[in-house]
Amino acid sequence: MLIDAENMDFKTLNQKIRESENKIHITGCCGQRFIASGMKDKEITIDGISGNALGAYLNGAHIIVNSNAQDAVGDTMNEGIITVNGSIGDAAGYAMRGGKIYIKGNAGYRAGIHMKEYKTKVPVMIIGGTAGSFLAEYQAGGIIIVLGINSNGRKIVGNFPCTGMHGGKVFFRGSTDDIAFPENVCLKTASDKDLDQIKPEITEFCNIFGYDTEEILNSPFTIATPDSKNPYKQMYVAN
Amino acid sequence: MNIEGQIRIPSGCAVAAVISKEGRKMTGEKIIDSMKPMHDRSNGLGGGFTAYGIYPDYKDFYAFHMFFNDRGCRKNCEVFLKERFEIIKSEIIPTRKIPSITDEPIIWRYFVTPLRSMLASFQVDENEFVARTVMKINSEMPGCYVFSSGKNMGAFKAVGYPEDVGVFYKLEEYKGYCWTAHGRYPTNTPGWWGGAHPFTLLDYSVVHNGEISSYDANRRFIEMFGYKCTLQTDTEVITYIMDYLIRKQKLSLSESANVIAAPFWSTIESNKDPEEKERLKYLRTVFSSLLITGPFSIVFGFNGGLMALNDRLKLRSMVVGEKDDKVFIASEESAIRVMEPDAENIYAPAGGEAVIVKVKEGAF
Repeated sequence: MLIDAENMDFKTLNQKIRESENKIHITGCCGQRFIASGMKDKEITIDGISGNALGAYLNGAHIIVNSNAQDAVGDTMNEGIITVNGSIGDAAGYAMRGGKIYIKGNAGYRAGIHMKEYKTKVPVMIIGGTAGSFLAEYQAGGIIIVLGINSNGRKIVGNFPCTGMHGGKVFFRGSTDDIAFPENVCLKTASDKDLDQIKPEITEFCNIFGYDTEEILNSPFTIATPDSKNPYKQMYVAN
Repeated sequence: MNIEGQIRIPSGCAVAAVISKEGRKMTGEKIIDSMKPMHDRSNGLGGGFTAYGIYPDYKDFYAFHMFFNDRGCRKNCEVFLKERFEIIKSEIIPTRKIPSITDEPIIWRYFVTPLRSMLASFQVDENEFVARTVMKINSEMPGCYVFSSGKNMGAFKAVGYPEDVGVFYKLEEYKGYCWTAHGRYPTNTPGWWGGAHPFTLLDYSVVHNGEISSYDANRRFIEMFGYKCTLQTDTEVITYIMDYLIRKQKLSLSESANVIAAPFWSTIESNKDPEEKERLKYLRTVFSSLLITGPFSIVFGFNGGLMALNDRLKLRSMVVGEKDDKVFIASEESAIRVMEPDAENIYAPAGGEAVIVKVKEGAF
């Protein structure tokens, strides 16, 4: 099903998506918000620039964005996959609680803010390029992976990563020596066992965007996790 | 209606800009179109545009764009203006009647030049004289409001959605090398014509998306230097801060950006270049009251260029793109794609990272 979204408002566009069969191709997209919000059982390909809150509350649908995506992609998403062939704006995966977001390019500020997990529901976000400041702010669960492909010597993440982090993991490919982390975060080099945990997603990511999985994994990874020994001791109460 | 101080309205906004580095002129149509995909960022309570290079025939004269409540206000104000300026031309700003824009005030423009005798008696240069006159009218003459006062540039603003405001002011008939635009979603103050963006003083203009939390601290400081914040809106104070830093303190644009969006002390401390560290420390210390906190993304326009800037925490979005001689800036990439589908080098500047674009010397 082909939908020409030119000059279409977001309500009409979402209505058309809901009424369409499972495979949908949207062309001429230009800033329509909330595309596919809350949807499941659909595969949606988007040409053009999708608007803010793409795939918010996504519940199983598969979204493929062929260019850049704007802010707040996958806000509170529960299940499904969003792949972005370009870069992504600020606050990607805001409060995400399940599913996967794969970004070929760079992520803006606050990627993965307040991501969370529960038992088997563990969201994963892979950023192919670099991430902006406040990556994984207040992260409570889930896995964020920053690969830094084509970072060309730039820092792979901006300032203040993992601020307020109290759960989950962030994997950084390569060195994190030039990055300042807050005191409540522990850093360690990823073991083979750690890497085994993310290998299926890395493989999937590489298959989608045409990278060699072995080459990507053939690099040291650093893992940031919250200091589990009561990281906020004495911060709020005398404990 | 209730004006500022009588009502507070709790709540986003949209900004967009285009500039030709070669000084090539564009009509207002593209910038109007750019606001359409961002429609939902505004709520119809204010829209506006600034255009640079639009009055080449009167480029040596200050162009005052004014709102008057009624004919009486205009007559009184003209008497006052004639005491201070030679009025070269005075006319209604052409508008078209459209259902989406209503209750317009009387909208007039004057091309003026300060009387030499007045400059001599005030002992100030003409920019300062014009700035003081604008402050005097806006704070002391009820029913009269100067919303644009620069040379060879002009602001156009109204209550309504920006795409309608552009049609209302017939912006397709103006040609400028730089345009900025704003769609308003008022956060603290009522939507009235004067309160719409851009805010201007002389050729400086600001369009702003955000809600700064340092407003009162900034206002108290800037009012010590003769600026009068009449509108209780954060954008007005940003305009005066930029005028103070650039015109009065002679700071460069990037220095001004380091003042209003100063890096965190921890970020300054981690800077490996000792000279740069000292410079940042100096600016942050000397102008501590002009640090602007809270969310903002602004486009600051001036004769010959513009500067885009985000707050240091980057609590608002801003995207930049290029194509040939043009640079595009907007709250959303969609707005850039409307102006130039093939825009290249799309990127989002970091918080506090000033994007400065200047028209080449002699081309404006």
